[in-house]
Amino acid sequence: MPRTSSKKGSTHSTASYNSSTMDLFRAASGKAASKELERIDQLFYSYTNNSSDTIEPEGIESLCSDLEVDHTDVRILMLAWKMQAKKQGYFTREEWRRGLKALKVDTISKIKKALPELEKEVRRPSQFVDFYSYAFRYCLTEEKQKSIDIESICILLDLVLGSDFRPQVDALVQYLKMQTDYKVINLDQWMGFYRFVNEISFPDFSNYDPELAWPLVLDNFVDWMRAKEG
Amino acid sequence: MVRGIPRVKCKSMGCCYISGMIPVSSTVVLNSVCIFCSAEECLKREKDRVSHYLHSSSETKLLEKVQHELLSVYATQLLEKEHSGCHALLRDDKPVANIFKQHVTAEGTAVKQAEDAASNKKAEKKDVIGLQEQLFVRKVIELHDEFMAYVNDCFLNHPLFHKAPEEAFEIFCNKGVAGSSTAELLTKFGDNILKKGGSEKLSDEAIEETLEKAVKLLAYISDKDLFAELSRKKLARRLLFDKSANDEHERYPDKVEATVWWSIYIKNGGNARENQTSFEEYLSNNQNASPVIDLTVTVLTTGFWPSYKSFDLNLPAEMVKCVEVFREFYQTKTKHRKITWICSLGCLIPFHAPNIRFLIKSQKPKQFLRRMFLNSTPKFTDKMRRIKIPLPPIDEKRKVIEVVDKDRRYAIDASIVRIMKSRKVLEYQQLVMECVEQLGRMFKPDVKAIKKRVEDLITRDYLERDKDNPNLFKYLA
Repeated sequence: MPRTSSKKGSTHSTASYNSSTMDLFRAASGKAASKELERIDQLFYSYTNNSSDTIEPEGIESLCSDLEVDHTDVRILMLAWKMQAKKQGYFTREEWRRGLKALKVDTISKIKKALPELEKEVRRPSQFVDFYSYAFRYCLTEEKQKSIDIESICILLDLVLGSDFRPQVDALVQYLKMQTDYKVINLDQWMGFYRFVNEISFPDFSNYDPELAWPLVLDNFVDWMRAKEG
Repeated sequence: MVRGIPRVKCKSMGCCYISGMIPVSSTVVLNSVCIFCSAEECLKREKDRVSHYLHSSSETKLLEKVQHELLSVYATQLLEKEHSGCHALLRDDKPVANIFKQHVTAEGTAVKQAEDAASNKKAEKKDVIGLQEQLFVRKVIELHDEFMAYVNDCFLNHPLFHKAPEEAFEIFCNKGVAGSSTAELLTKFGDNILKKGGSEKLSDEAIEETLEKAVKLLAYISDKDLFAELSRKKLARRLLFDKSANDEHERYPDKVEATVWWSIYIKNGGNARENQTSFEEYLSNNQNASPVIDLTVTVLTTGFWPSYKSFDLNLPAEMVKCVEVFREFYQTKTKHRKITWICSLGCLIPFHAPNIRFLIKSQKPKQFLRRMFLNSTPKFTDKMRRIKIPLPPIDEKRKVIEVVDKDRRYAIDASIVRIMKSRKVLEYQQLVMECVEQLGRMFKPDVKAIKKRVEDLITRDYLERDKDNPNLFKYLA
């Protein structure tokens, strides 16, 4: 059994143990794995155009209809997150493989069955921040783009936070559409929204302190809400 | 007269406490001053007593106690008394000095009086609104002098008493009056005094004195940069359109250079004279270079001068010759500048018919604005009269404010970057505090504006928010 030479000292024996067992394991699972990969790839190509190595928006739409999920459904976004897809509306083969392998699925019905579990996973507090941040970045379409227009932000807010923070999201969306100070929202502000809905008591905002480093847009939002009240 | 003067007794030797106090009756009409004077007397007597038959160490404690019982306890009542309380004392110029000397301690009475002084000023200011601008500023200056006199004379320049009027002035100097800010009013005030044909006709000494006083108010105005910008514009107009604007140099010596007002002035006007002199020298040395019409030229520096709109005009032959002459002269001064002449502003002065002035803007690497004064021949004048020359634009308040706001944004940006660069990591509130302090010399930055700039700097990758602490910012090298 070849020893891996890069490891030193006391880890030596464990390393060799690990590498040798891994090799065995790999050998055994190798065949199964490659079968799985084949099916994954096959599935992939069923949604691409002939020439392309990427699933394009059209393909995504058919995928969605096969999954019986609307393409604007948050679960598709979650799927994209699982794949760490870079570009909205496109899945590369790498991304596809990554996602499906992680979900341990290789057919449409399996994907469908895995969705509820995926949603649960995403909504876990430890994961959600990552997903939330991903959602923003996923919507950046241009190369150097750093912000997203208000309209899209509102849709996104509703999509990712709507189910858990309905009243806050509704109020914030209303405000964002009405105000004119900001035409776009950047990632920092976006993350601020998340902290806001999670930390600030609503609708009294009793624990909100504008002297802290909350994004200015939220300071203005709170002022606006308070003015509406009084 | 005061009834019921408190009796002061010492129960036993070596122990001092006051007993047998008769409270000052609220039904008795008492004059605070009388109370103070009586209290003074009491204290004096007490002091004598101590020196006669008590241990000297008792003195301080005893006097403190007396003071407390006589005055501190009733401080509020005494000060608020309608006809003789603090407000009245300050207003009617009673002998406050004595009272202060005897009875003021670090806390207690002093604080109360200081607070009253502050609210007093605020109330008085309201009366002044509605008067004309000049009068308003004059009144404010008078008020300021008055209170400063109080502080100096009556309150012996005690820092606490200094603070009260300062704070009060700061508050109301930053409030608008009839739609104008104090910065604007102060600018107009100064302009009126300085320009020829202004509403005030003062001697040079009076002008200097008045302006020196007016400038003191500048300390209270937080928008110093707005004031600077407005003054610049006024100064520009005076220098360009006042016939005897050049005389201003001689009038105002260096000693007031420290103030913002004068430093702008010196920067702008200072070298105007010498350029004209050297041009005149050149003309006298080069007889054949003489233009048909007399020229007076003033060289101005852009950046300090407001920009004026320029219009293209077809210059008559005489003026073209002028342009040529000046161009040649200028070549002798500096080789590396190319002159482009654009006739921009002009103003026919019917009462001084021969005089026609044109603002000629030259666009160059160093961007110098030029101004040409023309003394024309009558014939020339005729021609000129037919040309429609737009009148100089009236100073637009809104434009000035825009400029000031833009400069402020840059200033805040620069300040934030400077601070973050040196601190590397800083709490948000700390950053705001330091920023306000740094910029305080010129203006009071709005905290919302600072926040906006911070956010902008985040977008531009100068700063980033800490992952774990959203109130912490890091400088990105």
